[in-house]
Amino acid sequence: MLTLEKRPTPSRFWTAATPVVAVLLTMVAGGIMFMLLGKNPFEVIRTIFWDPLFGEFAWYLRAQLLVKAGPLILIAVGLSLGFRAGIWNIGAEGQYIMGAVIGAAVGLAAFPTENRLIYPVMVLAGAFGGWFWAMIPAILKTRFNTNEILVSLMLVYVAQTILAMASTGFLRNPEGSGFPGSRNFSNYKAASNPELIAGTGMHWGVVAAFVTVIAAYVLLQRHLLGFQIKLSGQAPRAARFHGVNPTKLTVLCMGISGALAGLAGLFEVTGPAGQISIDFNVGYGFTAIIVAFLGRLNPIGILLAGLIMALTYIGGEMASTNLGLPSAAIQAFQGMLLFFLLAVDVLSNYRLRLFTAGAGPAKTKTGGAS
Amino acid sequence: MNRRHLLATAAFGLSLAFGGAALAQDKTKACFVYIGTVTDGGWTQAHHTAVLKAQEHFGDKVDFMWQESVPEGADAERVMTQMALGGCDIIFSTSFGYMDPTNAVAAKFPDVKFEHATGFKREHPNVGTYNARFYEGRAVEGVIAGRMTKTNKIGYIASFPIPEVIMGINSYYLNAKKVNPAVEISVVWAYTWFDPAKEADAAKALIDAGVDVIAAHTDSTAPLAEIAKTDGKVIGFGQASDMAEYKPSPRVTSIIDDWSPYYIKQIQSVIDGNWESRDTWDGIKEGTVGIGEFTGLPDDVKAEAEALRDGIAAGTVHPFTGPIKKQDGSDWLADGATAPDGDLLGMNFYVEGITGDIPK
Amino acid sequence: MDFGGINPVVLIASLMVAAVPIMLAALGELVVEKSGVLNLGVEGMMIMGAICGFMAAVHTGSPFLGFIGGAAGGAVLSLVFAVLTQGLLANQVATGLALTLFGLGLSSLMGQGYNGIKPPLTGAVPFGPLRDIPVLGRILFSHDWVVYFSIAATALVWWVLKATRLGLVIRAVGENHDAAHALGYKVQRVRLGCILFGGAMAGMGGAYISLARVPQWTDGITAGAGWIALAIVVFSSWKPWRILIGAYLFGGISQLQLSLQASGSKIPVGYLSMAPYLITILVLVIMSSGRAKASLKAPAALGQNFHASR
Repeated sequence: MLTLEKRPTPSRFWTAATPVVAVLLTMVAGGIMFMLLGKNPFEVIRTIFWDPLFGEFAWYLRAQLLVKAGPLILIAVGLSLGFRAGIWNIGAEGQYIMGAVIGAAVGLAAFPTENRLIYPVMVLAGAFGGWFWAMIPAILKTRFNTNEILVSLMLVYVAQTILAMASTGFLRNPEGSGFPGSRNFSNYKAASNPELIAGTGMHWGVVAAFVTVIAAYVLLQRHLLGFQIKLSGQAPRAARFHGVNPTKLTVLCMGISGALAGLAGLFEVTGPAGQISIDFNVGYGFTAIIVAFLGRLNPIGILLAGLIMALTYIGGEMASTNLGLPSAAIQAFQGMLLFFLLAVDVLSNYRLRLFTAGAGPAKTKTGGAS
Repeated sequence: MNRRHLLATAAFGLSLAFGGAALAQDKTKACFVYIGTVTDGGWTQAHHTAVLKAQEHFGDKVDFMWQESVPEGADAERVMTQMALGGCDIIFSTSFGYMDPTNAVAAKFPDVKFEHATGFKREHPNVGTYNARFYEGRAVEGVIAGRMTKTNKIGYIASFPIPEVIMGINSYYLNAKKVNPAVEISVVWAYTWFDPAKEADAAKALIDAGVDVIAAHTDSTAPLAEIAKTDGKVIGFGQASDMAEYKPSPRVTSIIDDWSPYYIKQIQSVIDGNWESRDTWDGIKEGTVGIGEFTGLPDDVKAEAEALRDGIAAGTVHPFTGPIKKQDGSDWLADGATAPDGDLLGMNFYVEGITGDIPK
Repeated sequence: MDFGGINPVVLIASLMVAAVPIMLAALGELVVEKSGVLNLGVEGMMIMGAICGFMAAVHTGSPFLGFIGGAAGGAVLSLVFAVLTQGLLANQVATGLALTLFGLGLSSLMGQGYNGIKPPLTGAVPFGPLRDIPVLGRILFSHDWVVYFSIAATALVWWVLKATRLGLVIRAVGENHDAAHALGYKVQRVRLGCILFGGAMAGMGGAYISLARVPQWTDGITAGAGWIALAIVVFSSWKPWRILIGAYLFGGISQLQLSLQASGSKIPVGYLSMAPYLITILVLVIMSSGRAKASLKAPAALGQNFHASR
């Protein structure tokens, strides 16, 4: 019988090799699916994984990879801190929306003044919007013991309604002849977030994502707060003995993740998206949860996971346009890739063994959320 | 010209080289950007049906490409750029939210034609816009509603408070009131384009409130499915597609979005090299707004609805003909005047007689 | 009876129907979470149930077999989750979300060609004259069998968890899997069973949408109901009867806000459409601040994988 045996320390080899194995397995399984759909599997796989990076139009798509991955990484890093501490903010989508709405409102209030200070103030307002929306579940949790999963999730729907009200009401472009949607920020220099170097995809949101990855890495490795976060997730009781204040930690983690999601929203609305519209949010807040865990809640891992996710979006889209695949097939393919990535992860912590009779049951617990 | 600008020009100089290469091929390529899936049973499916018709029409002469489920904003911009790079000669973006991305991409690919559905911005000579006069179909529904209601209560399931929807409500109500002055309208805002369960609930709420004719301005067939449960006490209309599965009742007619005449015409003009940027707003006359077969109606109502349909097609009847006052009692259209297109496109008021407020 | 144009009897009868999908899915997820497993893939399992149930009903002509098919579809998808999280110890949160992504894609692929088809109708249970009793007849005796099934399932889940040995084992595994293992329970097998049950219930909930509430198939027909079901489990503080309360509360306010609009209420529509979410939060705040904190706790081992090495 095949059994799993826990490795004393995670295997370095497998930690690096598992993503490769997973991608290969996905290619096989996905290839079969594409074949069933009547497509040439090799062509589809090449379009998804190769063309965006090295194909004919890679000079454009590599930049787009950053545009797509930026918000995912920014949000996921914030979420990962809370997830490590056992704080479940799954409403980043709502915080993303509120960051965009409040940030945009501040910018549009200043229209058409041109001033260098406007954008920094908007950035602060965006971070505040996300922070404020995350503070509702945080305060309710710490004051009234209300579960943050429910509150943060429900607030996503509330935020969506506010977004619709903003785009058809209080932020509507007064020169848009009654149509929904705000002014486009690309026409308002002081408040816009263009590519910093044209053709690279780098805008302030991508820069912020990279900075956040580094900051989170340092925080977790070197800072007391990082230690407290890790400890609270692994051993809440021990954390209390070490003087960790759970209320403070909850407010802090929710606040950071909310503010980062709000920032992501602000950078998106002033840059790539360009305007507040009814369907401004496209699910980054939810996808970021996957990205956070795919990256094993580690900032560097999240960076890579965000890029892989972005690659499947962009490559999948190309496969869909150029080869006539239904977008649903791409969605299923993404699901498969995630399954395999998660499944083979087991090899870095465990080794496969044929059944061996051992002494007594030695039990180990593996933190699912860590 | 600053450094940033220079680089951008260089990058897209490169793209133009590719675009040029694609143009050198003799086959025309027509590309479509969709907001939903081609099997959504509503808006996108209607566009795709038209695309398939166009494909049949042109056969091997034209290559077709499409991308489903493209979110608005940055994603739409990327998809359109990819299409333009990939050699598309004309790109149709089929949702209002693609307006700014379409114009942004069009600026970078002056040799590619762009057609944006339901918007108003044509910032570049290679951008055209097109829309359908769905309010004409709403007028036909309104007449049927006014004649068929026994409770004198008619209903409208609305998505978001935007001019397109408000125009539909006004047209539906005005034409119902014309044939039945006692008629009252209830509007339920679903705040979604697509949520079958919620759309069904909205229909149910209207039915429970005594409404017996319901028009829907959301994307799924859920309202009709809910209406079908009343065993003929309530009637409704097909939306976007014929929804023939609910014939003969509760579906008594439908507004069918048929974009195929327009698509065929525009693709042909690209082939012929005489495409021009313009704003097209076609209706029943051109066939873009199709009125489905009338079923389950008394002969006189059917005749009246047909007469209105044919009158609109012939240009002798306009659904918005004065005197019409706004909800607040102020004058909108003088006696005999018809509504200017500009007023309709930006419509943000109810006409007199409708109670309730437009959500702000 | 009429309050501002809204008939409360009709409203109650409607909310009982509206709440069925989220109630079934939430009951399943409650059992899953009681066993210490967090499966965020409810939406994916629901939509797989919706399409599988629809296909089964259309091909067999029997709505009952449709619901069985829906349950099977949800269970099969949940098996993927079980293999990954129980067999390969994959992270539960990420696997659940991937399950939703996969389910949405797969259901849409499977559903091609099923647009515009009417499934066989799920009729009301024939209660005969009982149905004509004023007020009670409409509320209690006018529904299809799944509505009664959802209430019976609530009672059953409550009874099993509270009063049976099976329930004890499930709770033990969910509270402390190491201790349960030491006592000789097969932790992974218990969890596997719970996950499959959760998948089947979510699948049935999805099938109820495509077969009864909106009898049709379109892509994405569940439109987020799975997420609401997850929230309702949290709302219930892992107590079965509170699932019923939560689902009826949420379903009721969702109905009420539409009815208020239909009857011409003066409350701004924006606030009305936020109301179901805000009131659910508010009620949970009141409930959770008033009671002893211990009774609100999630199962202690929730979300943690278990591995016993020998």
